[in-house]
Amino acid sequence: MTLLDVKDLTVSFSTADGIVKAVRGVSFSIDPGQTLGIVGESGSGKTVLTQSLLRLTPGADISGRAEFDGLNLLTLTDDQMRGIRGAQIAVIFQDPLTSLHPLFKVGWQIVEMIRVHDKSVSKSDATERAVDLLRRVGIPQPEQRVNDYPHQFSGGMRQRAMIAMALALSPKLIIADEPTTALDATVQAQILDLLLHLQKESDTALILITHDLGVVADIADDVMVMYAGRAAENASKDDIFYRPHHPYTKGLLESIPNSSAAAERLKPITGQPPSLISLPTGCAFHPRCAYVMERCLIEEPALVAVGAAGAHRSACFLPTRAVGLGEETEELRRSAVGEGRHAAAAEVAAAIAASPEAEGSVIA
Amino acid sequence: MSDTLPQGGTPSLHPESELEDDVLVQVDNLVKHFPVKAGGLIGRTVGQVQAVDGVSLTIRRGQTLGLVGETGCGKSTLARCIAGLIPVTSGRVTFEGRDITNLSRRAMRPFRREIQMIFQDPYGSLNPRRRVGAIIGDPFVIHKTATGAQRKRQVQNLMERVGLNPEHYNRFPAEFSGGQRQRIGVARALALRPKLIICDEPVSALDVSIQAQVLNLLSDLQDDFGLSYLFIAHDLEVVRHVSDAVIVMYLGKIAEAGPKRPIYEMPRHPYTAALLSAAAAADPKLAAARQRIILTGDVPSPINPPGGCRFHPRCPKAAELCSQQEPPLESKPGDPATHVTACHFPVEAGENLALAGRRERP
Repeated sequence: MTLLDVKDLTVSFSTADGIVKAVRGVSFSIDPGQTLGIVGESGSGKTVLTQSLLRLTPGADISGRAEFDGLNLLTLTDDQMRGIRGAQIAVIFQDPLTSLHPLFKVGWQIVEMIRVHDKSVSKSDATERAVDLLRRVGIPQPEQRVNDYPHQFSGGMRQRAMIAMALALSPKLIIADEPTTALDATVQAQILDLLLHLQKESDTALILITHDLGVVADIADDVMVMYAGRAAENASKDDIFYRPHHPYTKGLLESIPNSSAAAERLKPITGQPPSLISLPTGCAFHPRCAYVMERCLIEEPALVAVGAAGAHRSACFLPTRAVGLGEETEELRRSAVGEGRHAAAAEVAAAIAASPEAEGSVIA
Repeated sequence: MSDTLPQGGTPSLHPESELEDDVLVQVDNLVKHFPVKAGGLIGRTVGQVQAVDGVSLTIRRGQTLGLVGETGCGKSTLARCIAGLIPVTSGRVTFEGRDITNLSRRAMRPFRREIQMIFQDPYGSLNPRRRVGAIIGDPFVIHKTATGAQRKRQVQNLMERVGLNPEHYNRFPAEFSGGQRQRIGVARALALRPKLIICDEPVSALDVSIQAQVLNLLSDLQDDFGLSYLFIAHDLEVVRHVSDAVIVMYLGKIAEAGPKRPIYEMPRHPYTAALLSAAAAADPKLAAARQRIILTGDVPSPINPPGGCRFHPRCPKAAELCSQQEPPLESKPGDPATHVTACHFPVEAGENLALAGRRERP
């Protein structure tokens, strides 16, 4: 049974400089107990995508459908949305210092959260629940800590408190937006461990937004890779990491330093992500793509099934069989490029090859 | 403090090969404490933040020394002390054999040309109201090494060298992306042809695809100019990629130091082992197979660090001795002499700390 089913979601903002197309027709779904990792660089639309579902993006133009538990989130009244936000869908933000109110005690903030959604809970009952929640997320001496202010908590403890708050009303879905980015490695391990443990316990669905492929490799079931407001590739974790189809996914994987390639040069993706106000024609990735072909300059590729199994989808014109990082796949890609690249695309490819970071990664 | 320091001389990364020519920077027993003042206008000193507490290290010519550790372990403070940006409390920093500890501004000036820094935040480290050409040209102005058209030519050469379009000489930092801004920072650091560049988290604020561009640039520049780097980062994979030798710091002290391979393949300090196990590998199979050592709690305050071994309250192997006696930084049996560890009970081959660490989950 699908818990959240998002279809063709589009979010844009009108600014003085033009219309920012932050999310352009993204579809995905998530089941109870499942973890979906959304990966992408700054400005790829991953945060706007989830915040627009909860109406946390004032001034945005939103279209599409987002069915959550039988309700279309995009057509709810503000009152109905208030009933969902926090209670059924909870959000954990990146920066635990700025997402807790500095002037109120941590416990008070959890109590308020509980009582806003359910007035029948007495203050003392809610406080008891807050203590319980802090204990569940591993805060030592929760009876005393419930009366502390956020500044008395360390970074890791604040993030634990945020998680406690997110859990307070037993939501069906938790959206964690870069939950460990501001934390140190050893604390990140603690928090990921905690999130997984709590999720298993209560069968909550988790959307994990991150730029860190390591975190995704660790705890996601499925992964959606976003680029310039669109899903570039959407597949199971193993497909994404071992059988990538989209050149952007492949580029991301190859640009991370890892132990097996410690002595080698890194293979960065050339150039910079595009402006969301003036996107390139055709595929938004084509100005950085080593496999650019004629079609890529004109048409925007749709997300289609690739590889062997049906659940692996990618938005790229390369042959659908061309999945993976091996030499054979590379041969497939090369021959497709050989056929599909003529004058205009050859010019783009030459420009990419001439950029300082290219280092022969572009097929001549 | 210094009287609790390990005896028997200062540990060096390469104690047996003291070829003077090879050593660019030597740091001996460096201590940096910041006073903690009570409130009020005058403010009594009520404590000391022991940011760096007796650190010794050697940076060799043309090599990269990686420095890893969590927030508050003193790695940035150490870097600032070496660069002469803040006075040190005690200890000694020598650059090419000359003592540069706490020099006056004037006496320090020639050394500032030799030691440059690249900072983490490519947004905060460039003045938004000045043009890129002026920012990169500043070192030439300050050190009076080039003027007028010559300066402009040199700046444009630098811009080209770091992969920026020289025609963008008159643009403002805001017109560049994060990765390009970091290139501006690199160009500025490179201007006076320094011998040492201290990189303080140079790629942490960048997206992965851009991060690789900057890392490759730094490695090219090292080859071309024979630069030495002190490379500070919390990302262990990045440090592994760039470093020749690695120092792991915890609460102002060196936990473990040595050549890159033994540190990564056979860590002896439980903290190093935990850091390595916590670093998320971008590979689902490795991630699933790995047993994470989950450390309990957070890094304690450097104002009042734990007695004995500073890591003992979080250590899965801690015993009675660890809370009483500070372990010396020394080479452990079976390790190369260059690989030093400050631990009473170093991790043995095949030992599984993950199980010990699970024992007291909060």
